[in-house]
Amino acid sequence: MALDPSSLVDPIFGRLSLDSLPLHEPILVATFAAVAIGGMALLAVVTRQKLWGYLWAEWITSIDHKRIGIMYMILGIVMLLRGFADAIMMRLQQAMAFGGSEGYLNAHHYDQIFTAHGVIMIFFVAMPLVTGLMNYIVPLQIGARDVAFPFLNNFSFWMTTAGAVLVMISLFVGEFARTGWLAYPPLSGIQYSPDVGVDYYIWALQIAGVGTLLSGVNLLATIIKMRAPGMTLMKMPVFTWTALCTNVLIVAAFPVLTAVLVLLSLDRYVGTNFFTSDFGGSPMMYVNLIWIWGHPEVYILILPIFGIFSEVTSTFSGKKLFGYSSMVYATVVITILSYIVWLHHFFTMGSGASVNSFFGITTMIISIPTGAKIFNWLFTMYRGRIRFELPMMWTVAFMLTFVIGGMTGVLLAVPPADFVLHNSLFLVAHFHNVIIGGVVFGLFAGIVYWFPKAFGFRLDPFWGKVSFWCWVVGFYIAFMPLYVLGLMGVTRRLRYFEDPSLQIWFVIAAFGAVLILFGILAFLVQIYVSIRRRHELRDTSGDPWDGRTLEWSTSSPPPAYNFAFTPIIHDGDAWWDMKQRGYQRPQSGFRAILMPRNTGAGFVLAVLCTIFGFAMVWYLWWLAIASFVGIVGYALWHTFNYDREFHLSLDEVVRAENERTQLLAARS
Amino acid sequence: MSAHDHAAAPPHATLRGYLTGFVLSVILTAIPFWLVMGGVLESKQATAFIIMAFAAVQMIVHMIYFLHMSRKSEEGWTLVSLIFTLILVVITLAGSLWVMYHLNSNMMPGHETSVSPNEPF
Amino acid sequence: MSHALTDAQAAARDVFHDAHEHDHEAGGSTLLGFWIYLMSDCLIFAVLFATYGVVGGNYAAGPGPKDLFDLSLVAVNTAMLLLSSITYGFAMLASYRKQIGATQLWLAVTGLFGLAFLGIELYEFAHMIHEGATPQRSAFLSAFFTLVGTHGLHVTFGIIWLVTLMIQLGRHGLTRANERRLACLSLFWHFLDVIWIGVFTFVYLMGMLR
Repeated sequence: MALDPSSLVDPIFGRLSLDSLPLHEPILVATFAAVAIGGMALLAVVTRQKLWGYLWAEWITSIDHKRIGIMYMILGIVMLLRGFADAIMMRLQQAMAFGGSEGYLNAHHYDQIFTAHGVIMIFFVAMPLVTGLMNYIVPLQIGARDVAFPFLNNFSFWMTTAGAVLVMISLFVGEFARTGWLAYPPLSGIQYSPDVGVDYYIWALQIAGVGTLLSGVNLLATIIKMRAPGMTLMKMPVFTWTALCTNVLIVAAFPVLTAVLVLLSLDRYVGTNFFTSDFGGSPMMYVNLIWIWGHPEVYILILPIFGIFSEVTSTFSGKKLFGYSSMVYATVVITILSYIVWLHHFFTMGSGASVNSFFGITTMIISIPTGAKIFNWLFTMYRGRIRFELPMMWTVAFMLTFVIGGMTGVLLAVPPADFVLHNSLFLVAHFHNVIIGGVVFGLFAGIVYWFPKAFGFRLDPFWGKVSFWCWVVGFYIAFMPLYVLGLMGVTRRLRYFEDPSLQIWFVIAAFGAVLILFGILAFLVQIYVSIRRRHELRDTSGDPWDGRTLEWSTSSPPPAYNFAFTPIIHDGDAWWDMKQRGYQRPQSGFRAILMPRNTGAGFVLAVLCTIFGFAMVWYLWWLAIASFVGIVGYALWHTFNYDREFHLSLDEVVRAENERTQLLAARS
Repeated sequence: MSAHDHAAAPPHATLRGYLTGFVLSVILTAIPFWLVMGGVLESKQATAFIIMAFAAVQMIVHMIYFLHMSRKSEEGWTLVSLIFTLILVVITLAGSLWVMYHLNSNMMPGHETSVSPNEPF
Repeated sequence: MSHALTDAQAAARDVFHDAHEHDHEAGGSTLLGFWIYLMSDCLIFAVLFATYGVVGGNYAAGPGPKDLFDLSLVAVNTAMLLLSSITYGFAMLASYRKQIGATQLWLAVTGLFGLAFLGIELYEFAHMIHEGATPQRSAFLSAFFTLVGTHGLHVTFGIIWLVTLMIQLGRHGLTRANERRLACLSLFWHFLDVIWIGVFTFVYLMGMLR
């Protein structure tokens, strides 16, 4: 039991030694070389262009919610590349490893890959992208100048990044967990995972979790306190509503994850017996607790996406959203129901018929408000003047795909069926169906929809369509075979298969993954091409899609202060209402605006936290203590800084507003 | 929005309010301790039930007199968030106990939750 | 530009814009934000309570509550925390009256009660560990030390915050920013009280009834 780590390790280097570097893994060495060369090149470019000062002053220390939102999106897209590299390696391995062939990945490496894939895709791709969009859009939609706690926002972003950095370090120094993305004990306990992998997992999630929680608190306070006058709750844009519910879920769910991981770390570091198999511990308690977080988490991802689709459908159908209030109630009902379904992730654990049927029924009930939403979108489109621009294409693809995923979900909610399908590839196909078909499609819709707001030019539609078709077709080819395999009884996370008759399905799935790869590449090309063609794609109106909500009333990109005058809201579709009633943009009477001051404190704290996490992973106790003292000391010192705001001078406001006036005049 | 509430003292933030809260909580703390330490009641179940009820009441007393909860503060948002959180706390506690109790009785029959060595049975 | 048009513009702006707003003071959302944070903290404790509830009866043939708990010590500890609560209340009342000296004094008293609480708790822990009832001994003890210790860590953090705030009050006086901080710490301190009610009821008193 109680393993006293300090007696085993070097006082200075802890568990860290040259053997910790995976020099025997050619794939990792090659990856490292590529990353190092790429990284050096990037650093060289930044240095040669003398961009360090600019990056530090305008981005790294920025407390502007718009810049932070963009940085979240960049983080998410970069991590998407890493997460997808893991995915395609798995598909390749499973397509190869049949009848005697071991494939090209050893078990040690393969197990890390499927764990890293799950962790990265959920925590460092989906979460940053969702948070980034909320960060950028919500204050604009509610007519606010920034979020409630701008400094905290910057800190949250860097904490999320710190978690991602730890995961990336684990690729080259040591190893990542080999436990699956939720690290169930006793496998993740110190006895069966004595190496650093699970510790990387724990500290990456704990540090990123601080960021997620604080950003949840921040956006919640923002939506509650900073709505423009006149914007009652039932006049909030639907995306803001879904963001409100999402952040309620974040604030209420992430502490559970934090607490569970603390208990797991105590088991690993101190030798307590929460989740061990002896001394009265209960590994099943971990599973129970982590899913109390885990189920709300999937709604944290999907709810804002529902909001995006609502905005897109209504804008591109040229109609008010059908059933606005039912949409709001459906969102709230899903928020609450998402807390009483968690056991459907472990029906097979043996709680018995009464418990299983309760959770089976609550799970099925969730499909009712979700179904109501689908009908609302369909009725919004009905008799609308639909423009099939890219965001709308993603929306339609979502509606078709998500319904399939939803139905397989209801199937899995039937406990007897789940006993057959639990842990099979059917489940893997199901959650990819809802996460790709829901979250990813929605994120692309959102990115294409709001990109012109953030950068002042549209994304190139041709490459967008290439990306769209590759993703959609690729998804079906990659995951429909997994449904089939799951129904045949193939379990997940296998590295090698005996039965050669299964191989064809895995080959098809791998082909689908390649198509998705083209989809990702086309998306990157789309961004590149759009930047090159930005003058042709320029939008000077600030309202390229004939939008309905407040974010389209400002310039693209909006000025640092968002709105020169706080808007007064009379209608749910505030900007549409303003346009209908002959709104004239004010051109005089501006005033200086009180703005929060940039600060490097969030970045410094996050760097210290990264060091602390690394030190804890490797048992570098002296460094852990030093960095911990540093974190607390620096945070306290930061509270002595009372001078956190400045007035953006009248001249600057007038200059920015006049620029916009000229742009608008040039259009007409 | 009520933007400019200049650090006004919240309701019950008076000497009288604090003292009321204090006296009530002393009473509500003393009785459960007395019940358990003195072994006043025969039935352990009844004692457990009573001290839980006292705890619940005392929490409410603290909420009102020390945390100044009211329907008015922050336009009701603090109260709404508190009630929501309490619901989730109950779900987490009751749900976990329910799930894990059934799990244990199904998967480890005859191996009831461990018995304290001091307990006579 | 004709005179009529400017009038129309002015009229429209009156409808859609707040032309006469003043600066929104930063920190208007602080108390609510801090309250939301406390709610999330509440859920951390919910998990710890749930864990204690589930594995708290698993003594693994080791010592149980009756062998370990000393209720009179817990009663004294509870008294410390309750007293610190009322003294924090006095500090808040003094701050409403803008009496900086009295505020500081009551804050100091609060901190001392907090330290007394921590001292007694640490004594209790040391005593238990000395008797071999370490956190590693059984799931019951793991859950006990973690739940009570997490509360204790919160109190520790509260005391560090309290000292920091006293220094800041000394430097800047009862400014708006400091009043806000005082109010936040008040929420935090009283929140810990509420958690302690749960701890002494569910862990100590119910433990003795098992």
